[in-house]
Amino acid sequence: MTPFTPVSGFLGGMLIGFAAVLLLLANGRIAGVSGIIGGLLTRIRGDVAWRAAFVVGVWLGALIYWIARGELFAVESVASWPVLLIAGLLVGFGTRMGGGCTSGHGVCGIARLSKRSIIATAVFMGSGIATVFVTRHVLV
Amino acid sequence: MYLSEAMKKSANTALPLFFALLSGTLFSLGLIVSGMVNPAKVLAFLDVAGNWDPTLAFVMLGALAVATPGFRIVLRRRGPWFADRFALPTKSDLEPRLALGAALFGIGWGLAGFCPGPAVTALVTARGDIVLFVAAMLAGTLIHDWVERRTQARR
Repeated sequence: MTPFTPVSGFLGGMLIGFAAVLLLLANGRIAGVSGIIGGLLTRIRGDVAWRAAFVVGVWLGALIYWIARGELFAVESVASWPVLLIAGLLVGFGTRMGGGCTSGHGVCGIARLSKRSIIATAVFMGSGIATVFVTRHVLV
Repeated sequence: MYLSEAMKKSANTALPLFFALLSGTLFSLGLIVSGMVNPAKVLAFLDVAGNWDPTLAFVMLGALAVATPGFRIVLRRRGPWFADRFALPTKSDLEPRLALGAALFGIGWGLAGFCPGPAVTALVTARGDIVLFVAAMLAGTLIHDWVERRTQARR
């Protein structure tokens, strides 16, 4: 169980939204993490450096927070290694097949009022909720 | 002020990279401040029948409150600062693979509580479980492309 934190949630969300607007304004790109990472794997010439810079920025942000607060942010995971392996495969495969994840479809796509992204977000929220329901309330 | 061609050229390559880096930095700070980097919090959002934590919905609201008007204003421009044009998704049809892919992603998301952004952010902890998740995620993406190439080659 985690506490409900709407204010820091909303403020953090605004930062995410601002980051997405900045990337579109400066680079003309969509801040979808699965797409940015996927493009690093396919390595199309001239399309790699900005992706690498974004990922380095992600790590830089995490390090800045870590150093500024003097302690690491919470990453509480109880998933076993086999579950993490299967979950990772599904996330990698599914985001590639569906053309986006929480940031690409859920934030950038919905912000553009893309019908595809609204449907994709509804579907992954639905299947995520169904999965947690099964693992926490049916199988236990 | 006089700018040599070489200086202009290096500014043209460095500036877009700087802004991509800055965007990534703000993005991960947002994920951390909002608590979304923590899979326990994400799973608590998805657990609507348990001790539900609706924070994730407020994160999306905050992001959309900025990005929806922000995108609208930015897309009125003829192009971005450092590229010829906006690279926006061009597909508009609703194919089965969109829903199937999203459904598979959701299952993986619900199993571990990690989606790509938080997982990549959490890599700085250098924890074995997160490294494993990200490695599996990259493998899943490569497997998808491999399967797609094979099915296309058969046609």
